[in-house]
Formats: sequence, C-alpha cells, structure tokens
Amino acid sequence: MTRAATENARGVVVGRRPARVRLLWFGIAVAVVALLAFASVVIGSRDVSIADVVAAIGGSVDNTSEAAVAKRLPRTVLALVVGLALGLAGAVMQGVTRNPLADPGILGVNMGASLAIVVGIAWFGLSTATGYLWVATVGAGVAAVFVYAIGSLGRGGATPLKLALAGAATSAALASFVTAISLPRGDISGTVRSWLIGGVGGAGWTSIGQMAPFLAVGVLVSLLSARRLNSLALGDELATGLGERVAVTRAVAALGAVLLCGAATAIAGPIAFVGLVVPHACRLLVGVDHRWLLPFSGVVGAGLVVASDVLGRIVARPGEVDVGIITAILGAPVFIAIVRRRKVSSL
Amino acid sequence: MTTAHALTATDLTVGYGDTTIISDLDLDLVAGAITVIVGPNACGKSTLLRSMSRLLPPRSGQVVLDGRSIHGMPAKELARTLGLLPQSPIAPEGITVADLVGRGRHPHQGMFTRWSRADDVAVAEALIATDTADLADRAVDELSGGQRQRVWIAMALAQDTDILLLDEPTTFLDVSHQVEVLDLLTDLNRRRGTTIVIVLHDLNLAVRYADHLVAMRDGEVYASGSPETILTPELIESVFGISAAVITDPTSGKPLMLPIGRHHMVDRGGPDAADGPAGHPASD
Ligand SMILES: Nc1ncnc2c1ncn2[C@@H]1O[C@H](COP(=O)(O)OP(=O)(O)O)[C@@H](O)[C@H]1O
Ligand SMILES: [Mg+2]
Repeated sequence: MTRAATENARGVVVGRRPARVRLLWFGIAVAVVALLAFASVVIGSRDVSIADVVAAIGGSVDNTSEAAVAKRLPRTVLALVVGLALGLAGAVMQGVTRNPLADPGILGVNMGASLAIVVGIAWFGLSTATGYLWVATVGAGVAAVFVYAIGSLGRGGATPLKLALAGAATSAALASFVTAISLPRGDISGTVRSWLIGGVGGAGWTSIGQMAPFLAVGVLVSLLSARRLNSLALGDELATGLGERVAVTRAVAALGAVLLCGAATAIAGPIAFVGLVVPHACRLLVGVDHRWLLPFSGVVGAGLVVASDVLGRIVARPGEVDVGIITAILGAPVFIAIVRRRKVSSL
Repeated sequence: MTTAHALTATDLTVGYGDTTIISDLDLDLVAGAITVIVGPNACGKSTLLRSMSRLLPPRSGQVVLDGRSIHGMPAKELARTLGLLPQSPIAPEGITVADLVGRGRHPHQGMFTRWSRADDVAVAEALIATDTADLADRAVDELSGGQRQRVWIAMALAQDTDILLLDEPTTFLDVSHQVEVLDLLTDLNRRRGTTIVIVLHDLNLAVRYADHLVAMRDGEVYASGSPETILTPELIESVFGISAAVITDPTSGKPLMLPIGRHHMVDRGGPDAADGPAGHPASD
C-alpha cells in the first residue's frame, strides 16, 4: 500500500465536514436555549423590562417587576437542569438498552422514583427536598434493576424488546400502586397530585442547590460513558470483542441515568417524553456518535423543558399549565411518529 | 506486528444454560496460518469462536493465549491481540462507514485519550485494504450486502490484532464476493502474518483457503490437519452425512468435494458410490 494512498484515505477519514456540521448545530442549539431562557424570565403574567431583569439578577427586588423576575429566575434554572437531566438520561438509556424506545418513563425508572416518593409522603412523613432526592434516586435505581432483571430472564439475555416490555409492565404496575396509595388518603392526595403532574413553578434556589450534586455526578458518569456506549451499540458480541465489559458498562451508565432521573423526578415530578423525544431529534442532527449525542441531548432537553414551561404560561394566561402536561402533549405525537416510522423501516 | 501468538483451548467445555454444546475440546491454533472451521449447522462452531474470544466463560477447561487464560486477562489488552467478527453483527441505524470502522479502534484508546494519528492511519489502511474508502461517508444501512460485509471486515482490520476470528464472513455474498473476501483475508495473513480463523460453509472454498482445516461434529473436533490429508469421502460422510467424491481441483491442486445426491448422477451409482470417485460431474 502506497503512502499516497494512505494519505488519501486519511483525507477521507479526517475530512472534518461532519464534525463542523455537528459543531454548528451545537452552537445553534445553545443559542436557541439561551434565547428561550431569556424569554422564560421575561414572559409571564406581568411584563418586565430588560432593566428589571438586570436588576433582579443583581439581587434587587425593589419593585413588583423585579420581584417577578426574581421568582422566574430559579424557575428557569430548574427547567433548564431538569430538561438537561431528562434529555441526557434518555440518550444514555437508549444507548444502554440499544432500544430506540427506551426512556426513563418507558423503562419504569420515573415511576419507581414516583412510587418511592408517594410511599414516603404517605407513611414516612417525607417532606424535605433532600428526602425526596434520596428516596427518588433509590426508587429509580430499584426499578431499573428490577426491570433489567425481569428483562434478562430467559434465552438471549436482556434484549431490547424484552426490556421494553418489562419496563412497560412494571411502569403500569407501579402507576397503579401510586394511585392505590394516594387515592384513599385525602390528607395527602393534594400534595401527591400536584407533585405527580410535574412542574417547575414552585422552584427555589435551595431545592436546586440540593439536587445539584446528584445532577453533577449523573452528568459526569453519563458523559464519561459516551465512548463505551458507542461500543455497546454494535451489539454485545462485538462490544466484548472490542474489549468492552458489557455488564459493567451497562451498570455504570445506567447508574448515571438513574441519578439524573431520580433527581429530576424528585424536584419536578415525573415529566414525560423528554427523554424519549429529545435523543431522537438529536440523532437526526448530529448522528449516532454518543460523544456528540449525549451533550447535545442534554442541551436540547433543557431547551424543550424551558420552552414547554414558557408555553404553559402563555396559553393559560394569567394562570398556567404545568410543564409535564405540555411535554406530554408535544411528545405523544412524536412518540407515535417514531413507532410508526420504525414499523415501516425495521420490523 | 508479526509476533506469533499461541492460542489454545484445552479440555474446553461450554454451553448455554443447562445444555452443554462443546465438551472436552482441545484445539491448538497454528500461529501465522489460516485455520478454517467447517461442520454442519448447529454443531457448535460459533459457540467455539465465542468461547475462544471471552464471550462465553468455560464450564471447565480453559482458553490460553501466550500462557495466560483469556478469561483472566484485562479485556482491552486481549482485544488488542484477538479480534472477533461475529456471525451477524449489528450496525447502529444511520452510522457512517468511517464511524463504524473507527469503532474498531476502541481497544487502543483509553478513557481520556483522544483519537490519534495512529487511529487515523489504521482506519485509512483498513478502508483501502477492503476497497471501501469511497464509501467512507455513506450510511452503512444503505450499502449492498457485499459492501457491508467488507465494511465489517474493515472494522476488524482497524482493530489491528494479530489473531482474527471470523464467523461465516462470506454468508449472504455471491461467489465473486466470497472469493474477494477470502483473498483479502489471505493477503492479510501473508502480509502481516495475522493468524486467521474462519468459519465457512462452502467446503470447497474452505479447503482452498485453509492452511489448516478443522472439521467439527456435535461439539467435537472430528478431524484436523492439512486439507489435503484430511478431506476424504469418509470424513465428509461422517461429518456432513452426505456421500461425496473427492477429486483434485485443477485450478488450485487442492482436493475438491463433489456431493453425490440421488439425482443427476452419470452412472446411477447411488449413495454407495462414495468409496470411489464417481466419474465426472454432470455438466449443464
Ligand atoms: N445464545 C444461545 N443460547 C442458547 N443456545 C444457543 C445459543 N446460541 C447457540 N445455541 C445452541 O447451541 C448449538 C450450537 O450453536 P452454534 O454454535 O451457533 O452452531 P453453529 O455456529 O455451528 O451453527 C445450537 O444447538 C444452538 O441452538
Ligand atoms: Mg454459527
């Protein structure tokens, strides 16, 4: 093989066009999210001026406009981090299970967190944000392990289809437990219901601060799994042949996703479809390389939740619709579209 | 790159769940040679390759690479010496050829090391060797079966291992692509001294390309050795359960197997004709 030929092929391989396209999309996504975040601070039942925003960011709450902004700031930040957590967790779970329909909701992880929290509220007087966080994370983890164990039973191990079925069944069962526990309890049903619908309206800096360490670890673990997820995507046999310890990789990456989902669910309630829809959209833009897909899904997830929150405040002015309802309305059609498209192309 | 590695299986017993597929198998791979494994469907060829590459832990016995059990070696270290192309690998939807081939470099990269020039060169060489450089930017799922198979082989080449196990790499390919793939692997063996193990279905291609032939039956090595010495009508009869004549292939000088069925025989020899060459094949 001649040197020139090798250099030519190197040119083909390192022709950085795809990388530049991805970088461009990434820049656009970040800019759009920044705009949405700004809109989220400005838009509300009371219109505010830029001067009010600047003053409020500086800590001033001297007039009602500034006070409104001061309330919208943590709400915006919470929407951003919850969206980031769910978008990233969805991308990781789709990678771990090699299942395009995997999502914290579908795999039962969010419902595990929810049931744990509802049990905590009903019988253990759970009421602090820190308590919610730990309980939700444990619940999410237990549900993930349970679903994975059920999905691994029988021949061929944890195939994508078996995992999805196990997750859907578990999710349905957990959801009915949640109803069974909270329905007869008039004393807690209000608390449970408002938390279950999911929202970022009640955000405060303290709860954001308490969820930060969970998120930080979750983001770090997830992003560090990116290249390993690339190997997993080739199937267990090939991944093992490439020197990947598939069980360890799955467990570590899933832990990252569980931390992200647990934290997001504890503070904002179960928010549906973000983890499913966002990675799909991102794959169309930046491709299947997890080193790009994971950060991109985080950014786009943040944008989607902020946008949903803003939309929820606009459509029901002067009231508001909770963000979980908006994401469900936006996400369900996309979900159906994905299922239909895959049926045509690969089933 | 031409270091000879010794890969051996001793007393190997493997299976799935409660069923044992392979029991007490011994196999010594000839370093620097092309070994071809043949045998009827479900006799355990894929299972053997899986257990020789750490995918399946042995029930008893062991697989040893250069004096160390492969199941005790660090996974990535093993993957830099021993590569496996499974029977039906999965390409993620929408992945490009260059990206897929690049994933073969995984064992050469640490958690924090970035893509290096050596990675670029290995991928480029693999693309050229398999004649897939022109496809680099195409999506793998848009390719024809033959192109796709060459891309998978390119990925295995990019892994740059001294031992390469390939499970039925020519299935689904037409005859010209089958020969092309086997020629490519032979080039690799001759140029780099790579030890190659191939599971093949076509007995005649197996014989032609093998330096060393292994015939399996019911999870056992029934016979092994140079194709010239072991390919006999008796072996074919007992391994594949079909009568056959063996003549000398005029193009390669190697043995050539001619199956004897119940129809289209020149001299109505019937199944018993296996003992002697049954004249000429009916040409059509
Ligand atoms: N993952 C598996 N789980 C259970 N049994 C399996 C599995 N893979 C293969 N087998 C069984 O092991 C036997 C040998 O299979 P295999 O090694 O794939 O044969 P070959 O490659 O020679 O056709 C077959 O009977 C097959 O049904
Ligand atoms: Mg096989």
